[in-house]
Amino acid sequence: MTSATDDELAFRLELEGITKIYPSVIANEDVSLKVREGEIHAVLGENGAGKSTLMKMIYGVAKPDAGQMKWQGEVVHVENPAHARSLGIGMVFQHFSLFETLNVVENVALALPGNPDLKELAEQITEVSNRYGLPVDPQRLVHALSVGERQRVEIIRCLLQNPKLLIMDEPTSVLTPQAVRKLFDTLRQLAAEGCSILYISHKLDEIQELCHVATVLRDGKVTGDCIPSQETPKSMASLMIGKELPVPEHNAPVELGEVRLQLNGLSKKSDDPFGSNLQDIELEVRSGEILGIAGVSGNGQQELLYALSGEKPVAEADAVVICGKPSGRDLPDRRRRNGMGFVPEERLGRGAVPRMSLTENALLTAHNAGMLKHGMIQFDKIAQFARKCIEAYNVKCGGEEHAANSLSGGNLQKFIMGREILLAPKLLVVAQPTWGVDVGAAAFIRQALIDLRNEGTAILVISEELEELFEISDRIAVIANGRLSPAKKLADTNIDEIGVWMSGMWEQPAPAEVQAHA
Amino acid sequence: MDIFSSILFATIVAGTPLIIVALGQLIAEKSGVLNLGAEGMMAMGAIAGFAVTLHSGNAWLGVLAGMAAGAAMSLIFAVVVLTLMGNQVASGLALSILGVGLSAFIGKPYESDILPTVGALRIPLLADIPIIGAPLFNQQALVYFSWLLFGGIVWFLYRSRSGLILRAVGESPASAHSIGYQAIKIRYLATLFGGAMAGIGGAFLSVFYTPLWVEGMVSGRGWIAIALVVFATWRPFRVLVGAYLFGGVMVAQLFVQGSGLGINIPSQFLSALPYLATIIVLVIISRDQNTVRLNAPVSLGQPFRPEA
Repeated sequence: MTSATDDELAFRLELEGITKIYPSVIANEDVSLKVREGEIHAVLGENGAGKSTLMKMIYGVAKPDAGQMKWQGEVVHVENPAHARSLGIGMVFQHFSLFETLNVVENVALALPGNPDLKELAEQITEVSNRYGLPVDPQRLVHALSVGERQRVEIIRCLLQNPKLLIMDEPTSVLTPQAVRKLFDTLRQLAAEGCSILYISHKLDEIQELCHVATVLRDGKVTGDCIPSQETPKSMASLMIGKELPVPEHNAPVELGEVRLQLNGLSKKSDDPFGSNLQDIELEVRSGEILGIAGVSGNGQQELLYALSGEKPVAEADAVVICGKPSGRDLPDRRRRNGMGFVPEERLGRGAVPRMSLTENALLTAHNAGMLKHGMIQFDKIAQFARKCIEAYNVKCGGEEHAANSLSGGNLQKFIMGREILLAPKLLVVAQPTWGVDVGAAAFIRQALIDLRNEGTAILVISEELEELFEISDRIAVIANGRLSPAKKLADTNIDEIGVWMSGMWEQPAPAEVQAHA
Repeated sequence: MDIFSSILFATIVAGTPLIIVALGQLIAEKSGVLNLGAEGMMAMGAIAGFAVTLHSGNAWLGVLAGMAAGAAMSLIFAVVVLTLMGNQVASGLALSILGVGLSAFIGKPYESDILPTVGALRIPLLADIPIIGAPLFNQQALVYFSWLLFGGIVWFLYRSRSGLILRAVGESPASAHSIGYQAIKIRYLATLFGGAMAGIGGAFLSVFYTPLWVEGMVSGRGWIAIALVVFATWRPFRVLVGAYLFGGVMVAQLFVQGSGLGINIPSQFLSALPYLATIIVLVIISRDQNTVRLNAPVSLGQPFRPEA
């Protein structure tokens, strides 16, 4: 780091030798990092690299076991978040720390010292939100806000305290591309006003676009510092994962076969009062293609997945046709017998029983595949199946007798994917295939999906990661407010158009004129 | 007093202990603590109140003692579930059993004693209003206290900053912790308040309502109070309505049992009626999922341990 500004600007935050040890894992080991005034400093690393733990220690939510922290040149021990805030440190959490049953003003008031007058505060919120381009209505209840709006509330909450350092933990994972751009504008404006920003992410392109300096973490240790604008995504990836980033090969389209999944005007009222009602959803997935469904979370994905899996059947049998059979009223088991495989979003609890062994978990969906004899479980066969799954999908675990919750998220996801794929489904429905999975495992899973499609399976992927959908899909559609857009061939669309669609605006002809709302 | 006035009078008296206990539990539950020990805390409040009143001759010292006994019981509970991370449901049930049993043990020597009746506190002018004046404003002081408590709690929960913090902790102690509130401390205070109110409710039974001590005299009112809070979807006004509904049916069935009226209904059924009626009505009015989601403390019953 030898830019000219180095000598002019003081360090706002210096971490020296920070170590944090949890009973089973070393979260941070001898981490040092320095942030200057007005600097946007990236902390780059995979899931589980220790980024969030480090930020929690800066913000006083957790305490380091060793090492010291200097704030504007002086050693401080941050006792708790209130102390951190009084120093001028604000944090926007990855999983929001908002209270859903309270309105925006009340949520902001909770984070401010003293007893602010709610009316004055509402005016202040409006003022700040106008100044930084973060529109939000102070009187609305948080549960009714979109994820993007919730993030704005969190940012506004921090900004009202005039922070000198703003910590952003994976802020873009829930935003549309347009909202990401707006967020970046806001962050640049803040940095120009002298606020330092710690920006945590594993998305290399974002860091290149936004950040001045990056510190890379791997397995809790600093593996390097770099200036993102002078690096390539490849070189940063190798710092982050220790090897080169594998890119899945998307073969030329295979010949499309029969229709394996058809939704005919599927409508369903959500059981969840804060959920989205499915409205008249039409779609078709054929053998040999991957249809991706994009969308900001909470727009009906959950409801659609429950209706597809059969966990919440619908009234009209014809609304869901699986491999030619009207299946709307069928329960999951019947749908699986008809050739459907299903990978839910929640790995533990829905995809696998946490405390049961991998063998037993394999049995959960494989029991139709000759694992039973006169109603009795054939344990040798099922163990064999589990072993095959572990080997073929490169699952790192202690063996098939180990409990599902002893595996890391990525490895369990590989196991569940493997379990479903080895059953050779005619149709596979997958939710968030790589959510919370590290980059290497994600690439592996995406490749496995593409291979399965090449063998003629019809695949429906519902994901919030646009890059992922653009990497693996043949066609792509968007779900917004419980309605599904028409599906477009990948070649006929682009990230910008899909981003606009994610706000629910696919009827308007000229996307360029439309301002994204979320 | 005419018959309407007497029924109204008796209804209010019967509803009062429920209001006090249920509002106390409402505060505890709004912080995310489910204390099923209300029955036990009321029983301890009842015997403490009775014994102290008997020995001191002062009913107000008795109420204070009942409050202290209830708070002490809830402190045991709070230590178990908030500090030692015990299961709230199991610990609450144990607290109920402990309180009912311990109060019976302590109360053995007092079973033949009777306290002097405490006179009503007449509010001048208001009590002279025809028909409703006497039943509403010539009442036990604790009846007025229950109304003040109701007003105070509505103001606290929805107007004060402390109430906002309490609701926040009940929704997500982790979020509240992450923005700098001491969730455990707030839960302690709320639990103690709930215990103190349960103690007062118990003392009201043994010192004012039926000024004598009988083993098991709380007779399920603690459970009804807990059910009231849930079925009232954690809203103070509905607690008030539910408590008076319970009181009303209680009085009505006593009236039917006493007068005979020539109807042949098993007395056990009549005795069960107030409990049944309250729950049925509250279940019907609390069907709306949306109001439940907006008012229920999300973290109710879940232990919270702040990260070190």
